[in-house]
Amino acid sequence: MTAVAIEGVWKFYGDFPALKDISFNVDGGACLALLGRNGAGKTTLLRMLAGLSKAAKGSITILGGDARAEKTRARIGVLGHGIGVYEELSAFENLRLFARLYGIENPRQIAMEWLERTGLDRVSDGLVREFSRGMRQRLAVARAFLHNPSLLLLDEPFTALDDRAIAVLQGLLKGALAEGRTIIMSTHQLREALELATDVALINRGKLAYRGERTREMLEDPGWLYRHYGEA
Amino acid sequence: MSFLQQALAIAGKDLRSEIRSKETVNASLSFALVILMLFSFAFDPGSDQVREISGGLLWLVYAFAGTLILNRSFARELVNDCLDALISSPASGAQLFFGKCLANYLLLMVVECVSFPVFIIFYNARWPARWGLLFLVMLLGTWGITVIGTLFSAMTVNLRLRELMLPTLVYPMLIPALLGAIRLSTVLIAGEALETDDQIWFKLLAGFDVIFTVLSLALVEIVLVG
Repeated sequence: MTAVAIEGVWKFYGDFPALKDISFNVDGGACLALLGRNGAGKTTLLRMLAGLSKAAKGSITILGGDARAEKTRARIGVLGHGIGVYEELSAFENLRLFARLYGIENPRQIAMEWLERTGLDRVSDGLVREFSRGMRQRLAVARAFLHNPSLLLLDEPFTALDDRAIAVLQGLLKGALAEGRTIIMSTHQLREALELATDVALINRGKLAYRGERTREMLEDPGWLYRHYGEA
Repeated sequence: MSFLQQALAIAGKDLRSEIRSKETVNASLSFALVILMLFSFAFDPGSDQVREISGGLLWLVYAFAGTLILNRSFARELVNDCLDALISSPASGAQLFFGKCLANYLLLMVVECVSFPVFIIFYNARWPARWGLLFLVMLLGTWGITVIGTLFSAMTVNLRLRELMLPTLVYPMLIPALLGAIRLSTVLIAGEALETDDQIWFKLLAGFDVIFTVLSLALVEIVLVG
């Protein structure tokens, strides 16, 4: 079953084409590593998949529906560049807020469960502004996962994470894949991403340069893809 | 979750953040009090002139102080990219907008309710006999400021000069609502009887609120996502 279908998508910033005629599908249960140099268009594409911006041309279908449909958004978990949690709220209040927004039945219970899973239960009433960077990142991971999304969109998820947060995130991602959920993640950390990925897409200056399964060559030599399909 | 429950969750979050940081209410209230004080130097308190322009003075203060609250409404979501987290959640743009309107409305009403007695003292005015009607004018006028201000706060959130752009865009849009609120407030503060013609200003205020609330709810999704 196709989880994400991208068909002839273009995106412009002013006159500059950030994405040029991108088309590919992602099957349900796959983990797609979205690769490319800085400015290639990875974040732009992920933002459109997350329903944060619209394509100028082309169509995006997610889990059988429109990316901006309420039902679709309820099944997507997004972890972007920012952590997406409020400084003036406690860890518990942040998770309870998002649990409510995602229509979860027992927001208090789910918030406490995720605080435990991410090792933040002892500071559940602490304000985020008092948290260390690692604690904030774990809270952001909990926010993205707390509604058991069918599709996870992760924009450079391992960047600037501390060891504990990386371990938490990797554990959750492996668990999500084992449960048949779909993951799309953009990253520059090829080794971590390729170990997890089942599929790879490479974007060069807004154009899709490669789309296929992750192969053994890529795993053994993470630079292989860039050498063969990357820009000169 | 229903439309109102989602909106209340957003409003509760904004109010909780504001109660802890007090950044906008303190700034807005201080600004309102300073302007009231400065205006009291410019005009002779208790004079007929002040009685004639009392509504105008009051609503200028409310409009100026209000933009300080409204400017921060969406700008506070930029920290940690919280706006993206909200937009990508199942809450619709309309729910997000309405929740923010409720929080802004409450904060603005607090500023107005605190600064009104100060206005009475500084300008040697009498407490209005029909204060209930004046409060109704404040409720209607403030909702107009809130709806327009919150929508433009969303539109200008990514602009570098948003502190300048918001009042520049909002004040011209508010002219009909301000005209009605100023006229009615002047009459009620002066203790004069409301004439039949004044009913039209109530209708204008209510109509303004309804039209711009509906328009804003319909347009905010485009404003936020494109």
